[in-house]
Amino acid sequence: IHHIVHNGGLYKKPFNEAFEETPMLVAVLTYVGYGVLTLFGYLRDFLRQWKIEKCQNATEREEQKDFVPLYQDFENFYNRNLYMRIRDSWNRPICSVPGAKVDMMERVSHDYNWTFTYTGRVIKDIINMGSYNYLGFAQNTGACQEAAAKVLSQYGAGVCSTRQEMGNLDKHEELEKLIARFLGVESAMAYGMGFATNSMNIPALVGKGCLILSDELNHASLVLGARLSGATIRIFKHNNMQSLEKLLKDAIVHGQPRTRRPWKKILILVEGIYSMEGSIVRLPEVIALKKKYKSYLYLDEAHSIGALGPSGRGVVEYFGLNPEDVDVMMGTFTKSFGAAGGYIGGKKELIDYLRTYSHSAVYATSLSPPVVEQIITSMKCIMGEDGTTFGKECVQQLAENTRYFRRRLKEMGFIIYGNEDSPVVPLMLYMPAKIGAFGREMLKRNIGVVVVGFPATPIIESRARFCLSAAHTKEILDTALKEINEVGDLLQLKYSRHRLVPLLDRPFDETTYEETED
Amino acid sequence: MDIKPVKDYFYWLYYQYLLITCSYVLEPWEQSMFHTVTLTVFAMVVYTAYVFIPIHVRLAFEFFSQIFGGQPESTV
Repeated sequence: IHHIVHNGGLYKKPFNEAFEETPMLVAVLTYVGYGVLTLFGYLRDFLRQWKIEKCQNATEREEQKDFVPLYQDFENFYNRNLYMRIRDSWNRPICSVPGAKVDMMERVSHDYNWTFTYTGRVIKDIINMGSYNYLGFAQNTGACQEAAAKVLSQYGAGVCSTRQEMGNLDKHEELEKLIARFLGVESAMAYGMGFATNSMNIPALVGKGCLILSDELNHASLVLGARLSGATIRIFKHNNMQSLEKLLKDAIVHGQPRTRRPWKKILILVEGIYSMEGSIVRLPEVIALKKKYKSYLYLDEAHSIGALGPSGRGVVEYFGLNPEDVDVMMGTFTKSFGAAGGYIGGKKELIDYLRTYSHSAVYATSLSPPVVEQIITSMKCIMGEDGTTFGKECVQQLAENTRYFRRRLKEMGFIIYGNEDSPVVPLMLYMPAKIGAFGREMLKRNIGVVVVGFPATPIIESRARFCLSAAHTKEILDTALKEINEVGDLLQLKYSRHRLVPLLDRPFDETTYEETED
Repeated sequence: MDIKPVKDYFYWLYYQYLLITCSYVLEPWEQSMFHTVTLTVFAMVVYTAYVFIPIHVRLAFEFFSQIFGGQPESTV
């Protein structure tokens, strides 16, 4: 069921998000599957305990058997008994640039995935549906590569210092001015690692006596940063504005738990695109709530910067809002810019404060110069300042690819989560055996996908996650769709009970309602 | 020589059974153990159905016809 929201005119275009419910039979069968695996897990653990079978995971040495246990045996139960059996779908070594197509080293396992050996063969030209290469800047040829090579020969690769000491290059200053201009904020700061940007800067912004309202499905970096800060954390249901408003009201009315004093700060942590669900945050409503209850907003645009919005400026532009309404705009360069690192943008006073008090700025090595040049070149390309329309075409190509791919998958009958415009497409698998089977069957057909199970997702909702790219041409997408269709029939993955009538030639968002048959 | 599509279909059904019961990921000896147990349980269910269901159906039919019919038809 597609929800079109018109909340008092806050949304300028329809917000189509759908999370189809798990069919009852599929849920029951998934639990049956997990039950069987649990039984066999207990059997194998029993055999390992009584030394009937060799134990291949980590154990203490003989001399230390009487000490306090070092390895938590039961907590790794899932790891030993399910993950190990299907482990060959993860950590696959690739040996070329992760563009639209990628080369992969072939590996086999003779002892059921406990160890791998390389056969020496390289599987060439695998269609890459798993890299976060949204705008196609992961290339080893072209303007970005030449600029990065020039900077590499001029500055070298290492910086050998932190930003505060001797690691502040003129390239970093140039990059930060460019980021501020790109986002439409007053000032910005760049860090070496996206995860560290979140986990090291949230403790600098909030402390004890502050309140953090964090979405249910926030990324581990946000959760870690929130926990490190020492503030009180309250969770609201995923993208649910009623839940957020209730928490805000309770916070303002009741204050801190024992003393009833008002909270020093209330910080709302949301992400632009949630990568496991493919959903987009309801930003107009969050900003309206933030203004009403006078709290601060921290927006993590890791996946949405460059991927959403008519000119790629992220989720703020996608909804047509003012970037100055978001207090802290954070993002990463790993996804759309083909580089590494993260940034935080906001008011000048905030960024100047972070330059002195953020752990990342004081202790972490700054960005490497060729990476900085890659970001500068790709950002200029997206903005159109390098004189070509290449950037704009990439953004448009990504939007077209997203709409086409999602529509075709829905027509085929798969259950797809998330918003219509998000380039992250989760396809539901549910049963644990299908996780391994899907990964292997797709690799046999030369398509590389990322499959995800517990604990990154709830236990029965395992999924395959496709990340679309502007580098994918329509032929590549058609090939991929054909193979996904075949594998879907082979593995019986077409669970959806809402059949979409295939569209002929009309744009998708105008005809959503009339096309859905229940 | 059209036995191949039929064989493929049965192989596909077997594959679905492996996927649904999660025995696809088990090692061969675990799979044999699981198949033995499943087949035993299934055979017992089939045998029980074969022995008991006709008798139960006939008794239920007589019971309900006695209630709704109620005519002087003695079952002596």
